[in-house]
Amino acid sequence: MQYLVSVITDSPELATADEMATIDVFNDRLQAEGHWVFAGGLAVPSAATVVDNRGGEAMFTDGPFLESKEYLIGFWVMEAADLDVALKLAAEGSKACNRKVEVRPFL
Amino acid sequence: MSLAGVHEAVTRAHHEEWARVVAALTRRFGDLDIAEEAAAEAFATAVQRWPADGVPPNPGAWLTTTANRKAIDRIRRENKLGGKQKKAQLLYDDDPPEPLGAIEDERLRLIFTCCHPALAMETRVALTLRMVGGLTVPEIARAFLVQETTVGQRITRAKAKIKAARIPYRVPSAEDLPARVCGVLAVLFLVFNEGYLATGPGTDPVRHDLTAEAIRLTRLIRALMPDDGEVAGLLALMLLTEARRTARVSADGELVTLVEQDRGTWDAALVAEGHRLVRERLAAGVAPGRYQILAAISAVHTSARDVRDTDWSQVVALYDQLVRIDPSPIIALNRAIAVAELDGPEVALAAVDRLEHKLAGYHAYHATRADLLRRLGRSHESRAAYDKAIELAGNTAETAYLTRRRAQLG
Repeated sequence: MQYLVSVITDSPELATADEMATIDVFNDRLQAEGHWVFAGGLAVPSAATVVDNRGGEAMFTDGPFLESKEYLIGFWVMEAADLDVALKLAAEGSKACNRKVEVRPFL
Repeated sequence: MSLAGVHEAVTRAHHEEWARVVAALTRRFGDLDIAEEAAAEAFATAVQRWPADGVPPNPGAWLTTTANRKAIDRIRRENKLGGKQKKAQLLYDDDPPEPLGAIEDERLRLIFTCCHPALAMETRVALTLRMVGGLTVPEIARAFLVQETTVGQRITRAKAKIKAARIPYRVPSAEDLPARVCGVLAVLFLVFNEGYLATGPGTDPVRHDLTAEAIRLTRLIRALMPDDGEVAGLLALMLLTEARRTARVSADGELVTLVEQDRGTWDAALVAEGHRLVRERLAAGVAPGRYQILAAISAVHTSARDVRDTDWSQVVALYDQLVRIDPSPIIALNRAIAVAELDGPEVALAAVDRLEHKLAGYHAYHATRADLLRRLGRSHESRAAYDKAIELAGNTAETAYLTRRRAQLG
């Protein structure tokens, strides 16, 4: 079972050096314990482009599909046996990156 | 057996066996939805068949077998319809919990799943009352004064989330157990409190159906986890509170405060049982948690035959202990009420006034102030505080009481 753990923020500041260091330690652990699938940090939402090619001609729109005060700045994809395991890992992830996270199961 | 006898047998089986049937089916089919529906069908079949066929010698086994058949029928039916086999994507449990002795009961898995922290509190309450308590959706809706469709949606969404997010169907590991038990007790305490101090105009001030259900479920948890101090504490607290239920509302539907209650009408059997539990926890010699301290406070009150015999210093000492583990302003408010009896209303009022920024929207804060100001002869300020309390109170008996007290100020 895989879970998307989204990192949520309301400030454009990047992770500090200390935060990066604890995130690295946490990532190493995810890999060592077999929970690691993928992870990454994202640029600010204003760097996004929405593409809609449902009508035959691709339309490009500047900016994110959803404007909101809080937004995604990174994520993990984790392998976990069930939600209890995922929530525990997410709690540690939240502490490591010093941000709120959202846990959402893959289908 | 008479028809009335059969009805009684069905009702008893529903109380005793519902959770067991739902739990056994959830375990077997890995799906709360199938389990709930099949259990409901099995009980409906019992209502039809038992009057003619007689009550089976082992109603629980009969119900489980019947429910199993209903569930298999449904799965076959859906498979025939095609494409829905995925329904059998089972609730997850590949990791049997560590053996915990008496705790190993199917119903416990059900309770822990329904009270999972990833579900909203109101959802946990509705799901627990439906799956463990066996209350119907209309009954739950009536109890909490919400629309049936709202309750139905909450339960449906919860079942979908449990499946999609893979909320495990198991008793948490020993390491996680204390925190998770605490979550279960919070759900039961909420059900009890809503029953004890029902909100809303036109509602009975005490909803005995809810207090009784909360006590029944807490007894169940207690039977499953007899050594847990907080479970015993919560049960004792509920029993000692329930014992005073009939004394708490007057014939005119007005709240009767602890000080004014006719102590002769308290339920002596419930008081005795509550006291036994409190003594048992004292003898255990383990530092008590929140519910055990609240139960001990209730035990002090219910030990006094006359309100003048109340050991207020003991009550304040227990509140001091409680404040250390739960520094919430509501606990501080209740402590101040006991302080008023020990050190006088002036000392208490000073303590209450310090809570204003946290409790200005809470009716009991204003009701407490109103009473203390009245005792200090500050009628004008007391009246204003009663006004505020009446405006904020949601319980009909409390509103009636506060209105009378305000009128007595002259």
